[in-house]
Amino acid sequence: MSSTEVAVKTEIKARLIPVYIMGKKYEVPETLTIMKAIEYAGYKYIRGCGCRGGVCGACSTVYRKPGDYKIHVGLACQTVVEPDMYLTQIPFYPALRGTYDFTELTGKPEEIFEIYPELFRCVACNACTKVCPMDVQVMDYIAALKQGDIQKAAELSFDCIQCGLCASRCMGELPQYHIAQLARRISGAYLTPRAEHLKTMVANIETGRFNEGLDKLKAMDENTLKKTYQEREMEPATAGEDWAPKDNQYL
Amino acid sequence: MPYPEELKQLIKVVESTRSERVERKKKNEEVPFMSLEERHDILKYHPDFIEEGRRELQVGPSKGYRIAHEMANVLEAKSRVDPAKIDLSKIDYETDVLVIGGGGAGTAAALLAQENGAKVIIATKLRHGDANTMMAEGGIQAATKGHKDSPYFHYLDVMGGGHFKNTPELVETLVNNAPDVIKWLEGLGCNFSKFPDGTLKTIHGGGTSRKRMHFAADITGAEMMRTVRDEARNRSNDISVIEFSPAVELILNEHGQCAGAVLYNLETEEYLVIKAKAVVMATGGCGRLHVQGFMTTNHYGATADGIVMGYRAGVKICFLHTVQYHPTGIVFPEQAEGILITEKFRGSGANLVNIEGQQFVNEREPRDVEASSIIRECVERGKGIPTPTGKRGIWLDSPMIDMLVGPGTVQREFPGKYILYKRFGIDIAKEPMLIYPTLHYQNGGLEFTSDGATALPGLFLGGEVGGGTHGENRLMGNSLLDIMVYGRIAGKSAAEYVKAKAQDGKLSLEHVVKYNKEIDDAGVSDGRIAPMLLPDYTTPEIKKKQLTAHYEGTIR
Repeated sequence: MSSTEVAVKTEIKARLIPVYIMGKKYEVPETLTIMKAIEYAGYKYIRGCGCRGGVCGACSTVYRKPGDYKIHVGLACQTVVEPDMYLTQIPFYPALRGTYDFTELTGKPEEIFEIYPELFRCVACNACTKVCPMDVQVMDYIAALKQGDIQKAAELSFDCIQCGLCASRCMGELPQYHIAQLARRISGAYLTPRAEHLKTMVANIETGRFNEGLDKLKAMDENTLKKTYQEREMEPATAGEDWAPKDNQYL
Repeated sequence: MPYPEELKQLIKVVESTRSERVERKKKNEEVPFMSLEERHDILKYHPDFIEEGRRELQVGPSKGYRIAHEMANVLEAKSRVDPAKIDLSKIDYETDVLVIGGGGAGTAAALLAQENGAKVIIATKLRHGDANTMMAEGGIQAATKGHKDSPYFHYLDVMGGGHFKNTPELVETLVNNAPDVIKWLEGLGCNFSKFPDGTLKTIHGGGTSRKRMHFAADITGAEMMRTVRDEARNRSNDISVIEFSPAVELILNEHGQCAGAVLYNLETEEYLVIKAKAVVMATGGCGRLHVQGFMTTNHYGATADGIVMGYRAGVKICFLHTVQYHPTGIVFPEQAEGILITEKFRGSGANLVNIEGQQFVNEREPRDVEASSIIRECVERGKGIPTPTGKRGIWLDSPMIDMLVGPGTVQREFPGKYILYKRFGIDIAKEPMLIYPTLHYQNGGLEFTSDGATALPGLFLGGEVGGGTHGENRLMGNSLLDIMVYGRIAGKSAAEYVKAKAQDGKLSLEHVVKYNKEIDDAGVSDGRIAPMLLPDYTTPEIKKKQLTAHYEGTIR
């Protein structure tokens, strides 16, 4: 077996099923994701396709199934086709984004209220949560923000991929994902303690503390470098935070 | 789809050895790391060492260099558009610094260029943020814990991972700037995983001697990307973004300086001229070239465009003879094929296990060694697990993590992958994942120096498009670091260059004319054009019926 056996294009032997891409019927193999099925049907992506790995938010898709009143959602790159899906991608949805000088913020909820006053237009209908392809509890983080709990909103919104489907369904016309982004940044920068060890290390580098060691390594011939590498002390996999090496010459 | 019955039977074999393996892990009894000699021996299973997979370049500044056919194909190709058709006297956009590429490196460059007084345009092929940065899961390396780590040890690890071939100055700059990058991101509000007192959580990655991998759950790259992108959007007075408009050629001026680029609007099909006093190339990697037919973890637009443009403009390439295959890409279910499973699973204790339920390699070897071991296990030893579509893979035994750390850990620490598999009916806290190496990273790229400059005055670069930092093999967590360190440096250097060195002058595409002629003279283009911009996944059956369609390369 050659390495090319694990190749990109595998022969498709699966059963064909009908799907309706923007209302038009195509027969596609039942094992494909919506994204691959759309390509199989003959479309060439420009919009609606990004990372192809479920994190970029480019390929959000809404669909309905026969006899089912519900609107279903999924990422085209992650969702497998089903027979008689009626689907369309929503690669872009306009949403107003506030602009702010991040360095001037302090972490008070009022700052978010001022940048996004529409926050209070939320009627708690939960359409945002229902439409989220990442199962983020959108309405809950908006509710947390209304109560001034930025950190809770940051945690609840952490898996957001900013596809914009929440904004597309919102009765109150909120740009939820932009608001969540601001909440997460404020939480990260102003409501979570900064890492003290990080400040110390940056200061030590600025004073040139490690230059001598690095100069030594840079000047080493390959064999000496290899030897130094192989003899370097390894932190054990199960070591705790306070583990320290025996040799502290280059710390 | 869930595991079919045949695979469920094979999973029972994994389960039968699991508790014993967990006990060994608890006692720190690991499969020994390979010696440098053993590493050398196993690398013959690595795709880089398949000689028929590459050829000597016939044209350009690195003529004679042997690289993969797929990469040579885009370098030995003519321009997308006849340079004579472009009217350089009609400027569509003008700016101080043009950043080509809207990923992590490009956005970091834009922010720093702006902070240093430049007006910036980011031109990007897809949306701002559509980049491999967004997909990087595992983490970002930096020696931030002074009681056990320093740039000295980070440097050693980087060199060892890169087979000691890395450019020393590039590595030095990388490791020395690493903690400052984390501090910068922390200040921008990037949510790295922390202990309650603010201490950053760090774990091991393949090839690290100290636990220095910082992370934001399992979406580290996405968290970094959305943070810097949000900041760029706050500065929209100075930083504008042109989406769906990849650059297809660099523009030089009469002084031999890089002075802009030709953009292609993918939607209206117009070619546009953008004039700039300096250019930062940040186009990322090449996974979508599918080197040696491998599946890839890369995003849709990773087609080596920057290498093509820079090479045509006279910048040499280096370390492109090596390509990184991430050891653990999904091989089943097929619809998720190629998707990356972060090294953090192994860092957190999951074993790699063959069809007999046995470990065969230490899970924290550098990536090329790890990938080669997996390929050997499947190809030579026949101990891979057959998938329903006739491929082979190896188990990544994720349920061990819950047994080692506590129930719920997999779901909490790997929410992205947990949800992904759950949709297919697979619970990775209870069932292992089936993986195989997948094309992940372009180790090499355009030559540059530690100030982000290239041999072409006015052209700077940051991130995956550059070569030398990682030598012949990059370690996990050094790519997110690379894009931030060199993105920032390139942005700052470009802004300083704008003030001190950039000259106004007549614009020219003469270098493209010359390159096209060189291709003709060597007779190597075979009708190919580049940059590719987007891969083509149209099936042959469809193409046969597209009787009036016209393809320019892979684009219709």
